[in-house]
Amino acid sequence: MLEVKNLTKFFGGLGAVRELSFKVEKGQIFGLIGPNGAGKTTVFNLINGFYLPTSGEVLFKGEPITGLKPNAICKKGIARTFQLVKPLSRMTVLENVMASAFCRVNSIKKAQEEALKTLEFCGLMHRKNYLARSLTIGDRKRLEITRAMATHPEVILLDETAAGLNPTELDQAIALIRKIREQGITILIVEHIMKVIMSISDRIHAINYGETITEGTPQEVANNKAVIEAYLGEAYA
Amino acid sequence: MERKMEFKKLLPLLIFLVLALVPAFERNPYILHMMIMVLIWICLGQSWNLLGGFTGQVSFGHAAFYGVGAYSAGLLYFHKEISTWYGMILGPLTAMVIAVPMGLICFRLRGAYFALAMLALAELLRLVATNWISFTNGSVGILIVPVAGKVFYYYLVLVLAAFGFYVIRRVINSKWGFYFVAIREDQDAAESMGIDTTKYKLFSLLISAFFTGLTGAFYMNYMAFIDPMVVFSLTDVSIMMILVVMLGGAGTFYGPAIGAVIMVILSEVFRAYFGSANLLVLGILIVLIIVFIPDGVIEIRRYLKRTKYA
Repeated sequence: MLEVKNLTKFFGGLGAVRELSFKVEKGQIFGLIGPNGAGKTTVFNLINGFYLPTSGEVLFKGEPITGLKPNAICKKGIARTFQLVKPLSRMTVLENVMASAFCRVNSIKKAQEEALKTLEFCGLMHRKNYLARSLTIGDRKRLEITRAMATHPEVILLDETAAGLNPTELDQAIALIRKIREQGITILIVEHIMKVIMSISDRIHAINYGETITEGTPQEVANNKAVIEAYLGEAYA
Repeated sequence: MERKMEFKKLLPLLIFLVLALVPAFERNPYILHMMIMVLIWICLGQSWNLLGGFTGQVSFGHAAFYGVGAYSAGLLYFHKEISTWYGMILGPLTAMVIAVPMGLICFRLRGAYFALAMLALAELLRLVATNWISFTNGSVGILIVPVAGKVFYYYLVLVLAAFGFYVIRRVINSKWGFYFVAIREDQDAAESMGIDTTKYKLFSLLISAFFTGLTGAFYMNYMAFIDPMVVFSLTDVSIMMILVVMLGGAGTFYGPAIGAVIMVILSEVFRAYFGSANLLVLGILIVLIIVFIPDGVIEIRRYLKRTKYA
């Protein structure tokens, strides 16, 4: 479904992502983990078109999408959320989602129907008339997901949607991610909270300093020596 | 609730009808002239507001479109003795034509580039209009003979203002409007929602340039005289447009109209009462308004409420 091939991104002399390759199968929940600064968000920005890779390419359904602008990539069917949430502050929640729904429809009426459906699905209906800037962080993260879902993606990139949530919200977020997968949508998720990533991922790809450490099932990755070393230091490995 | 909605829908029509009746009771040319000026500034304010207020792309040089609109009309007569009325068609089109390269170049970038490039464009056009004497008649300007009375111009500009208001409201209440506001709120979010930000910023600019150029062409017809200092003016056109919108309320439908009324009437009243200190007093007033009601006069109720409960 989504394939990253030898992806490399240099910011000046700093190699944020180096020769990274992985493949996400259709319907999978694919976790991308790594310590702070490992380059996870950079990978997202490369896939979604915000950055142009220094070398390497991104393939979506076998077709290269490197070099396309983010809006074109979104129209192809890859939606994303932002770790640092970007609500459209002075619009209501409904308007936020409608603006997103216009990706697939043209009339106000259809966009509104679509937005309401998506709000219902994502459990944000009770906030639809609130201004986006008045939402709590939990709801803002949920709004990010709702907006991404409203574009009818085939692949959704979730960037730390669980960070900063309280335990109840965390469980709700996990439930929502599972629900999205049940729709047949492929999910690529970056996450720090191990409870989330270990419990929902089918496969996990671990990186550090922009390079692959290992890839495998959650169990395999959790027991991998290099992963433990990267997270906890050599003494624990 | 429902009745309130109905009222809101009918309000613009009601205002239009009241304004349309004015000449039946008031024929004083001075009063009519002031009302025409207010309506001109409503046209200009709402054009700038679409781009600056709703789409978030601030322009420091809308005088470029205004002047090009006015000169399109004036030059038709100056060179070919074609009626300046055809300028009302040519003016807005020319304004859009010069808007295209500006948008294509500047809207790829973010930040102050567009605002400053517009400022440069307006100044550049002013210099060209001043110095290319064989083509523009330079700073002597272009003079025509006005063809109609004030009432006629009043109705014409009223229709223009209403037309602009209607079109802009239709646009804002459509997919484009959602896209414009989304771009204003967050361009990265907008891009990742599938919005081609460069393209839609350009659309907004084109509509804005169209109405600004149209108003410029009307100005040529009405005043029957233009020169580069008047129509390409940085302070009297470009900055004034921003002030009209900011004072009234950026990103609202009625803000520019309120701002236009305040700016035109106040600057006239102050000119009469404060003599040569009128700009000083006006300046102080603007500062006070911006400090105390930064979202514009249209939001004054909210601010009054806030102080009451604070």
